Amino acid sequence: MSSLKVKLSFSGGVELLFDNIKQKSIEISSSINPPNPTTMKDLILWMKDNLLKERPELFMSGDTVRPGILVLINDSDWELEGELEYEIEDGDDIVFISTLHGG
Amino acid sequence: MVRLCVICNKERAIVKRPKTGQQVCKGCFYYVFETEIHNTIIDSKLFKKDEKVAIAASGGKDSTVLAHVMKLLNERYQYGLELFLLSIDEGITGYRDDSLETVKRNQQQYDLPLKIVSYSELYGWSMDQIVKEVGLKNNCTFCGVFRRQALDRGAVMLDVDHIITGHNADDIAETVLMNILRGDVGRLQRCTEICTTGDGCIRRSKPFKYTYEKEIVMYAYFKKLDYFSTECIYSPNSYRGHARTFLKDLEAIRPSAIIDIIHSGEAFEIKKEVKLPTQGVCKRCGYMSSNELCKACVLLEGLNRGLPK
Repeated sequence: MSSLKVKLSFSGGVELLFDNIKQKSIEISSSINPPNPTTMKDLILWMKDNLLKERPELFMSGDTVRPGILVLINDSDWELEGELEYEIEDGDDIVFISTLHGG
Repeated sequence: MVRLCVICNKERAIVKRPKTGQQVCKGCFYYVFETEIHNTIIDSKLFKKDEKVAIAASGGKDSTVLAHVMKLLNERYQYGLELFLLSIDEGITGYRDDSLETVKRNQQQYDLPLKIVSYSELYGWSMDQIVKEVGLKNNCTFCGVFRRQALDRGAVMLDVDHIITGHNADDIAETVLMNILRGDVGRLQRCTEICTTGDGCIRRSKPFKYTYEKEIVMYAYFKKLDYFSTECIYSPNSYRGHARTFLKDLEAIRPSAIIDIIHSGEAFEIKKEVKLPTQGVCKRCGYMSSNELCKACVLLEGLNRGLPK
């Protein structure tokens, strides 16, 4: 079983839920739920269990991210990449941006 | 599998537009985003040539993108506008002081004159002091009322009679929902207007009326625009927060819901027999008011007497 190196970025307020960190490189299993390859859904749950410091309800809603949090995978809207079903690849760059604040 | 942009059919698509469901590339996204705003401005006849316009700037995502886009469109389409940045310091430690630093950077980046007006100088009270006095309930009421007046007063100081704000489609849809939930018929009529007239004929427009918040954030991200993004420390219990959560859930199911709610709001007609408040002026300060005393004077009176509200 191999591992995947993924770079996570947080902005728009999301960073406050992750110890005020704006970027973090992580290493996760390529198959968190064997035999299936690791998907965004697995990643998000992994983040909740391993990285989220407080207020999980501000990051997640059910199985997915809270509505109002945008996700970009390699600089592309995750809605174009399959959202939760996207299979993570080694070297992926994933950005979480919250829109839930004043303008 | 590379998804191609549906507009140019050449480049890789990187955004799925909530407004239309189209998948577009970076270049085409910038183009449609900017052009739709330009069309909104032209169709609503928002500006006159050589007009002086104050951009209400908080350092947040909407006003930063607004400043950027207005400067861009003013040059691209020769609107002939003289643009200013107008900022309000409510006196909220740790929130407003940081975002004002962002506005000062925006002033450098966009090369626009900046004016900052504070609650302390206008009313003798900062929001921190107000919250200490009245507690954590109804703060947004004080802040909203005071900010509205503060923007008008700031505009007068700049000798400007047109203010533009970064209110986006999501904000306006939330307001429509709030007014329905509270049964506020008077506000429901006015809240979808793109341009309203305020005190002393100072007009107030919302060029982002039909612009989705998601697209504003994506635009700012790809263009690497510098903005400040934290929730006001006093806002968690606000009424609007509930409307926002509901709206976001609706958007997740059907993205067009946001624009649809705005169109519904625009289509509302009040029956002739319904009595609506009429507009006059405040006896004390002369600001526009539908009662003898304007809301700001009423609130200030309460504060100065040491009573909540």
